[in-house]
Amino acid sequence: MADIGHSDVLRLPYDVVVIGAGGSGLRAAIEARLAGKRTAVISKSLFGKAHTVMAEGGCAAAMGNMNPNDNWMVHFRDTMRGGKFLNNPRMAELHAKEAPERVWELEAWGALFDRTKDGKISQRNFGGHEYPRLAHLGDRTGLEIIRTLQQKVVALQQEDAVSHGDPEALIKVYAETTITRLISDGEGRIAGAFGYIRETGEFVLFQAPTVILATGGIGKTFKVSSNSWEYTGDGHALALLAGAKLINMEFVQFHPTHMVWPISVRGLLVTESVRGDGGVLRNSEGRRYMFDYVPDVFRAQYAETEEEADRWYADPDHNRRPPELLPRDEVARANNAEVKAGRGSPHGGVFLDIASRLPAEEILRRLPSMYHQFKELADVDITKEPMEVGPAQHYVMGGVEVDPDTGESAVPGLFAAGEVSGGMHGSNRLGGNSLSDLLVFGRRAGLGAVEYLNRLGPKQPVPDEGAVEAAQTEAQAPLQRTGGENPYAVHDAVQETMSSLVGIIRTEAEIRRAMAELDKLGERAANVAAAGGSAYNPGWHMALDMRNIMLMARCVAAAALERQESRGGHTRDDHPGMSPAWRRVILACSLEGDTVAITRQDTPQMRADLLALFDKSELKKYLTEEELASIPAPAPAATAAASATATATEETH
Amino acid sequence: MAYQAALRVWRGDHGQGDLTPYTVEVNEGEVVLDVLHRLQASQANDLAIRWNCKAGKCGSCSMEINGRPRLACMTRMSTFAEDEVLTITPLRTFPVIRDLVTDVSFNYAKARQIPSFTPDPSVGLGEFRMQQVDVQRSQEFRKCIECYLCQNVCHVIRDHPENERPFAGPRFLMRIAELEMHPADTADRRDIAQDDFGLGYCNITKCCTEVCPEHIKITDNALIPMKERVAGRKYDPVVWLGSKISRRPRSAGTPKVPGKQT
Ligand SMILES: Cc1cc2nc3c(=O)[nH]c(=O)nc-3n(C[C@H](O)[C@H](O)[C@H](O)COP(=O)(O)OP(=O)(O)OC[C@H]3O[C@@H](n4cnc5c(N)ncnc54)[C@H](O)[C@@H]3O)c2cc1C
Ligand code: SF4
Ligand code: SF4
Ligand code: FES
Repeated sequence: MADIGHSDVLRLPYDVVVIGAGGSGLRAAIEARLAGKRTAVISKSLFGKAHTVMAEGGCAAAMGNMNPNDNWMVHFRDTMRGGKFLNNPRMAELHAKEAPERVWELEAWGALFDRTKDGKISQRNFGGHEYPRLAHLGDRTGLEIIRTLQQKVVALQQEDAVSHGDPEALIKVYAETTITRLISDGEGRIAGAFGYIRETGEFVLFQAPTVILATGGIGKTFKVSSNSWEYTGDGHALALLAGAKLINMEFVQFHPTHMVWPISVRGLLVTESVRGDGGVLRNSEGRRYMFDYVPDVFRAQYAETEEEADRWYADPDHNRRPPELLPRDEVARANNAEVKAGRGSPHGGVFLDIASRLPAEEILRRLPSMYHQFKELADVDITKEPMEVGPAQHYVMGGVEVDPDTGESAVPGLFAAGEVSGGMHGSNRLGGNSLSDLLVFGRRAGLGAVEYLNRLGPKQPVPDEGAVEAAQTEAQAPLQRTGGENPYAVHDAVQETMSSLVGIIRTEAEIRRAMAELDKLGERAANVAAAGGSAYNPGWHMALDMRNIMLMARCVAAAALERQESRGGHTRDDHPGMSPAWRRVILACSLEGDTVAITRQDTPQMRADLLALFDKSELKKYLTEEELASIPAPAPAATAAASATATATEETH
Repeated sequence: MAYQAALRVWRGDHGQGDLTPYTVEVNEGEVVLDVLHRLQASQANDLAIRWNCKAGKCGSCSMEINGRPRLACMTRMSTFAEDEVLTITPLRTFPVIRDLVTDVSFNYAKARQIPSFTPDPSVGLGEFRMQQVDVQRSQEFRKCIECYLCQNVCHVIRDHPENERPFAGPRFLMRIAELEMHPADTADRRDIAQDDFGLGYCNITKCCTEVCPEHIKITDNALIPMKERVAGRKYDPVVWLGSKISRRPRSAGTPKVPGKQT
């Protein structure tokens, strides 16, 4: 099958090329293979090690195993509230409707989730979800999901070994292979993906009419992040460079509690369950300061005294919830403000105290992995002393604009699913809604690619050879440059700039400063050099990543400057309110030459039957007068369904 | 606080190489992977290391530190004396690709030989009913992060590369045990565990269990019970034959090992 074309590029023909072997990529590839398409799965790391492996808390799906009142409509409402109504409503609808089947399917492929007493899949409570909804396996749900998908791929390969005499006849995993450019056919249709094999440094062109991006997020644009090295925004950048649009890039999720010390583990997640189980935040003066940060809109739902807050854990029906369980953007901002006011902990965080709140054995039972994490990595015994925690970048809501049903982007043949796609989570993602997103939209993107292929007919796209050559020149440049800069140093400077100037709290002046910095850094990034050869050379890899990291930094900064309001994962100190007029606006990034251009688009309208799931009084918080006036009076049944109110915590694992 | 550590790091490709000395700064609370990253960013941009999560969750950063197989991201520098010279080498059992990165494809090949999960096809979506006590045994094995430290340390292959063909290694014998104990699986893998995956080679030294970063009791909970199950059919001197033999209720028979020449 493989033959060497001109200029020493290995050429591999496929029907579908999936870039990414995390939850979304594997699910997409399985679907394409089930439809009989020849499918390649490409991954920067080894098979089974993608970032999805790190997910802990669970996978949201309204199966109703714990509470029969749960159903897709409740899940849909929770998701829209979490995203502050900026979500693509069709995506939120498909997600809520299809997640249960996707979870059950994993079970049929061998996954072993924790069980209820009657033998069904157990579901866990999570912030922002009205009922216990997260399928889980202890605190390693991501590992279970990725291993199950990995083993399903293997099972399919075993079938193919029998029927085709070659396990890799229909689906093959190219591990430790990096895609650096998408190649079109000169008419704007996708014709392949260009990259290199890490072990040898050999260049490779996957020739295919469809490419599915499943590359995850952009965390490595920021200094303190819970994300792994893979998160350099490759898929986002590849899409931009191929002519697709990115939406919602100003929305970056900062989770409020991560380890801050030792430096070595800065950014390691501290689960919100610590607060859910009674943990409280204190400043250096010992004050439980969250009471000082309850915004007016939430005043009615949150306790005003420590006594009332403490009674809530045992009696939630007659007391208001503790302010530590405010939405995570509120908590992240409060933590930030305390540190800025000089009341932080010795290492620049705040104190999260569970030791004085629960007996030691109870902490060990409920939070075993948190206990081990602090004990093994920080020598802190959380049953005896408080933890030092601070916010860190965790997730990006922004991504490739896609058709909700098929995952297809504006570029024919280019699809996206998972964290790299945008729209599903609006301005803020609820905890547990990512793993389910991967399964639902991974499958849909796989199907979308299959349909595209079936429609394509005989006019197969042929890769533009000029573009292949240019991609090769681009990839070789850092190896050939002499006297260029150390890519690690430039990367560090970009992260520093983004974290300090376009982080959790933003202002126009700071974003402008960041943009000026990025202009200077862009020149340095264009001049990075890699010492050594092309075989397994991380310095070369880092040098190539810089293009993507710079693009992501520019998109986030440009969109953050444009949106003059605060909503979900975008907080403007100079525009603190949430504005119904801005809700109608989606910001899209595209490339014009080398510069990132921002355009405004309309937020997709919610269908009348979906709107009817909400109470009008709730819609008033989000919609403009004009929009409200055009809503028909709801049928009585729908009002009843909508009257159940949401819990306000937004956990963000 | 910060100090300068002396390191000897194996550098080279495809078996050709040697230990290169470096001096690298170490700060409070750091793990070996931090120090290797600092070395990479400041003195050796092209130093090849595998890593991903830096949280002990992905199993990428396996290497040998002073001869002991460890995850670099979970090995704290404070476990060594400040004046101790750290020797960092790639996993010994697998061929080196470059520096600290080895070719672990042996493991993926073995994984593909084990007959997959085989549920009763008549059970519909969402209809599986399993009790927590029953799933718990296999759940322990599914904690495996595929770091292959157990594969690296097991003497059956570490000292005898010729055994790589008949012996699957602890990780994959455990995978067979996991499927055997899966409440919804119907196949019977006892014969092939012995005949095709070399369960009999294991003489329960427990070296695999000792290095497992997930603290899975590989030998006690997977390998010995597997040996006991197999003992109903085969003779294995390690097993105390007086122990109880549990048989599976609905057996779909012994599946064929994919790719096996018959
Ligand atoms: C600590 C932590 C805990 C979390 N917990 C939860 C949770 O409990 N519940 C939940 O719902 N979500 C959780 N999340 C979020 C969730 O895990 C991620 O959003 C999700 O796993 C992303 O999956 P993905 O399929 O989009 O991409 P990934 O799993 O990240 O996979 C990306 C893949 O793309 C490949 N790739 C990238 N670039 C290239 C390239 N240029 N060439 C080739 N391959 C490439 C990578 O190698 C990788 O295989 C958590 C996140 C973190 C960081
Ligand atoms: S117990 Fe068996 S599998 Fe484990 S190291 Fe010893 S011989 Fe190898
Ligand atoms: S069983 Fe333990 S040591 Fe072996 S691969 Fe799995 S996690 Fe690693
Ligand atoms: S980097 Fe993932 S286990 Fe060490």
